[in-house]
Amino acid sequence: MPQLERSESSSHPESVIPIEPNGHQIHVSAKGLVRIFPATVNRVPLQALGPLDLDLRSGEFFSVVGPSGCGKSTLLDLVAGLGKPTAGTVSFEGRPVMGAVPDGVGVVFQEDATFPWLNVFDNAAFGIRRQKVSKEEIHERVSDALRLTGLSGFTNAYPAQLSGGMRQRVCIARTLVMRPRLILLDEPFGALDQQTRLLMGDELLRLWRETGATILLITHSLDEATLLSDRVGVMSARPGRFIDIIETNWPRDRDSRIASSASFGEVNARIWTQLRDESLKSMQGTS
Amino acid sequence: MSTAGTIRIVVLLTAVAGLEAACRSGLIAPFSIVPPSAMLVSAFRILASGEYTADILATLGTVALAAVLSIAVGFAFGVILYLFPRLKRAADPFLASYYAVPSFIFYPLFIVMFGLNRWPLVAVAFIFSCVAMTIATIDGFLNVRPILRKVAQSMHLSRSQMIRLILLPAALPYLFTGIKLAIAYAFIGVIAGEFIQAGSGLGYRIAFAYESFQTGTMYGLLLILLTCVVSVNTVLGVRERRLYERLNR
Repeated sequence: MPQLERSESSSHPESVIPIEPNGHQIHVSAKGLVRIFPATVNRVPLQALGPLDLDLRSGEFFSVVGPSGCGKSTLLDLVAGLGKPTAGTVSFEGRPVMGAVPDGVGVVFQEDATFPWLNVFDNAAFGIRRQKVSKEEIHERVSDALRLTGLSGFTNAYPAQLSGGMRQRVCIARTLVMRPRLILLDEPFGALDQQTRLLMGDELLRLWRETGATILLITHSLDEATLLSDRVGVMSARPGRFIDIIETNWPRDRDSRIASSASFGEVNARIWTQLRDESLKSMQGTS
Repeated sequence: MSTAGTIRIVVLLTAVAGLEAACRSGLIAPFSIVPPSAMLVSAFRILASGEYTADILATLGTVALAAVLSIAVGFAFGVILYLFPRLKRAADPFLASYYAVPSFIFYPLFIVMFGLNRWPLVAVAFIFSCVAMTIATIDGFLNVRPILRKVAQSMHLSRSQMIRLILLPAALPYLFTGIKLAIAYAFIGVIAGEFIQAGSGLGYRIAFAYESFQTGTMYGLLLILLTCVVSVNTVLGVRERRLYERLNR
């Protein structure tokens, strides 16, 4: 799918992309991120996140797991530029992210974010239509994205006629049309049943390979994180920080069948060992 | 036809047939209610004679004028109050208690201000229906799911694009309800105004027929009025159903 290949970073000559000592290009870099929700009439100030550092390598699949309420979604909002950190910085392709979603970043949310008044095609075309792109190119890019997400047969359907999984695919297609170089997913399959979830995970892996984008996935499913990721970041109870970052060493060409391999169990167990205490803390904190 | 639709028609026909029988058998004096068949005949006679056509058209025109004004101004108010939350908070108590005030008490005042013509009717219908549209507009905007705003934000939509491309279509079902209410209220306002004080119009003619014991004419006019209201409502209902078929999940 050459249409959806990410544009080379050379198209941004002014940006300086740092390189890790081990040779990986750093695509996103977060330093000293802190998010404190200010006090309101009936609430004391709440430190939701950090301080936290995160480097995403170009083209990697990075998942974040953590106990509920640990600030996973807050982290994603900050990386996306949908929220402003109380302290710390985020940079994308070497340039600071400041209060707006940078070009080249696509966000997929957990909730159904389709526009019910538009059909599948118009939903997918929504973002690209706001840009100076010719009608032919819009049609081509939307058709490609719908093909990639398996929605080619549903271009004229309205979201009301689709299942939850298909609506989520519409949202993913809408993001893919913009050819993001970084895709942020906030529990995109949280509302789906287990089987659909596994299959959507496989599709996500395929999209990731075909587009070459960097992926940051927020999930509360350990299996999902283990299965899909190159690296899994385990977060502590609130205020969330990374307590461990685990390399899975999966081959790039993989799918959900690796769940039956021995090393899957090992990785999963390692993540759970880290997460268990934090989840307990978070449970006791909220009960 | 659906079962509910069949039941509806059976109930309606039974009621009409019962009324017809009660009137014909003398159970109900023709002085108070004429048989439905006679109402129908009277309505056709009124329409054929052309005697009341000017009144009917004038009333429908006044209703249309009041409804269009209410919808436009009510919508604009709604948008303004939505965009300025502080203003909305200030206006909230007034909006909440608005329909506790019987708007028609201002009708004599409007007659003094505008004279005995169409405009006091437009004014009283306007103040009666405008706020329904305002409330529906605000409700519609406030009920737009936050996630859709977040998507819009992630796509760098400007404020005007946000309103045009997200808020308006998302609020459409509410706006539609507002429009339906505004039209219904405009009818009530105009007809009631004509009942109270007017020199022409359908409401005036109905009141006049009532006062001069022309029972047949009165019911004929009532039937014509009901037909107008039901037709407008049906057309809007069909449009609304199409809208919901697309949006409902």
